[in-house]
Amino acid sequence: MIETMLTIALVLFSATIAIAVIRIILGPSMPDRVIALDMIGVNLIATIAVVSIMLNTKAFLEVILILGILSFIGTIAFSKFIERGVIVERKRDR
Amino acid sequence: MSVNEIGEFIGALLILTGGIASVISVFGLIRLPDVYTRSHAATKSSTLAVLLTLSGTFLYFWFSEQFISVRVLLGIVFVFLTAPVAGHLIIRAAYRSKVKLADISVEDALYEVLHKEENVEEDETGR
Repeated sequence: MIETMLTIALVLFSATIAIAVIRIILGPSMPDRVIALDMIGVNLIATIAVVSIMLNTKAFLEVILILGILSFIGTIAFSKFIERGVIVERKRDR
Repeated sequence: MSVNEIGEFIGALLILTGGIASVISVFGLIRLPDVYTRSHAATKSSTLAVLLTLSGTFLYFWFSEQFISVRVLLGIVFVFLTAPVAGHLIIRAAYRSKVKLADISVEDALYEVLHKEENVEEDETGR
């Protein structure tokens, strides 16, 4: 019973990631693609949690934290690049 | 059924609910007309889906192995803090880089403010 529910949830998350990839390909503007990429990262976190239950191990729980941090930093870097054109700004008036 | 089996079942039920919420939110991502409405589907409801899934994982490990996972709790807090911030930042960048609103939008409340601000910003960047 529990195994079946976990498998269904895994299939649903995979469908989510596949449809978000369609939005990345279609997306008319850059922020569309970045939002879809952020959603893929967030759903990958959930997928890894389900996989770590199905494999009955606790080794993947660190991956959740690291993927969350990487996805957040990636989205912030993309938004700064779209807004300003650079990621790391230098101070000019020193 | 013992207490542990009931706890595991509740955890699996939360995970299944999270999967369904995630599919609903991705329908919003593919169906809504422009980037500003899509961000609602992509940040709010997918944050809910991931929080349900991680809470289910926490409950499952708690009841099946008597293991309170601090890492999963940290992951829940981190996703809950950062996903709305990331959505806000990317939508702010989209508005500043003049991505068009959908044709059916009624009002753009920031239009006047942004176009008054443009002259001021040019002065500031030219210092």
